[in-house]
Amino acid sequence: MTKQALKAAFPGTLPVLAGYVVLGMGFGILLQSKGYSFLWAGIMSLTIYAGSMQYVAVDLLSSGAALLSAVLMTLVINARHLFYGLSMLEKYRGVRGAKKFYLIFSLTDETYSLVCAARPPRDVDPAAFYFWTSLLNQCYWVAGSILGGLLGQVLPFDTTGVDFAMTALFVVIFTDQWLTRKNHVPALVGIGVSVLCLLLFGPDRFIIPAMVGIAAALMFLRRRLEGVEDL
Amino acid sequence: MSEFFRSAALVAVVTAVTMLTRFLPFLFFGGKRQPPKAVLYLGRALPCAIMGMLVIYCLRNVTLLVPPHGIPELAGILLAVVLHIWKRNTLLSIGGSTVVYMLLVQLVF
Repeated sequence: MTKQALKAAFPGTLPVLAGYVVLGMGFGILLQSKGYSFLWAGIMSLTIYAGSMQYVAVDLLSSGAALLSAVLMTLVINARHLFYGLSMLEKYRGVRGAKKFYLIFSLTDETYSLVCAARPPRDVDPAAFYFWTSLLNQCYWVAGSILGGLLGQVLPFDTTGVDFAMTALFVVIFTDQWLTRKNHVPALVGIGVSVLCLLLFGPDRFIIPAMVGIAAALMFLRRRLEGVEDL
Repeated sequence: MSEFFRSAALVAVVTAVTMLTRFLPFLFFGGKRQPPKAVLYLGRALPCAIMGMLVIYCLRNVTLLVPPHGIPELAGILLAVVLHIWKRNTLLSIGGSTVVYMLLVQLVF
């Protein structure tokens, strides 16, 4: 874990610095608006460390959700991690011990996109390079969350409606996925099945049927979709 | 105090399950075993579908038949989408639409 590797890794993390500080602050402010102090924000960013899941967790905390529904919600929202992991098996194969543990623990969307595309300089140990990239990113996220929590306590204006940041986050990711893909069937399945289940089961009970329905619909469409390159 | 423990338990559960989703591939396929084809397929198809589900999840308590008929939500979403198609800047799209939504629910509706 040389200084050299830190120096090499830092510039690549700058875009994540901007994004994580701002989104982390949004999370901290949102959590504060539900009565949870910056300490909660900091601890959640240290332990959970998964952006969109933490936004949903604010909702789960403030609505007093049951633990089982929290488990299921976390499973579906974070299911994509399984596939980040699968594609990082080779890259992280040579790493051992605590460093490997941390590399896997800290594999967020942004960190994944950085380490996946990264080409560490020849004179730098790749494992150390990946480690610093991962650690710097989490530092930005934790700092942003705590800052947001603190800011939320002293904000001189009404924060009613700040919850919309979560809706906006998902809408923006959805739009981004839509724009970068030619096939929109999975996106439409997600919206369609969810709306149907919302109408059938109501706002408090629709999410589990929706998850099951989406997985079933996608398996039903497997033969049609499997050959598509950019799902 | 029980409120504190309930919240702490929830954070612990979310942490544990998140770690599970990150560690499972390395535990299962760290050796030479190949993941099943269905798993790989769902891995590619699920992310877009789940994001659609999460958008609906955020809107689950919007009442279309009662004022304000979801107008602030619709306006915020349209603004987020338009900003994003136009500038492709995540922070601008989220920040801009959230501020407009807050102004709408606080001052207009």
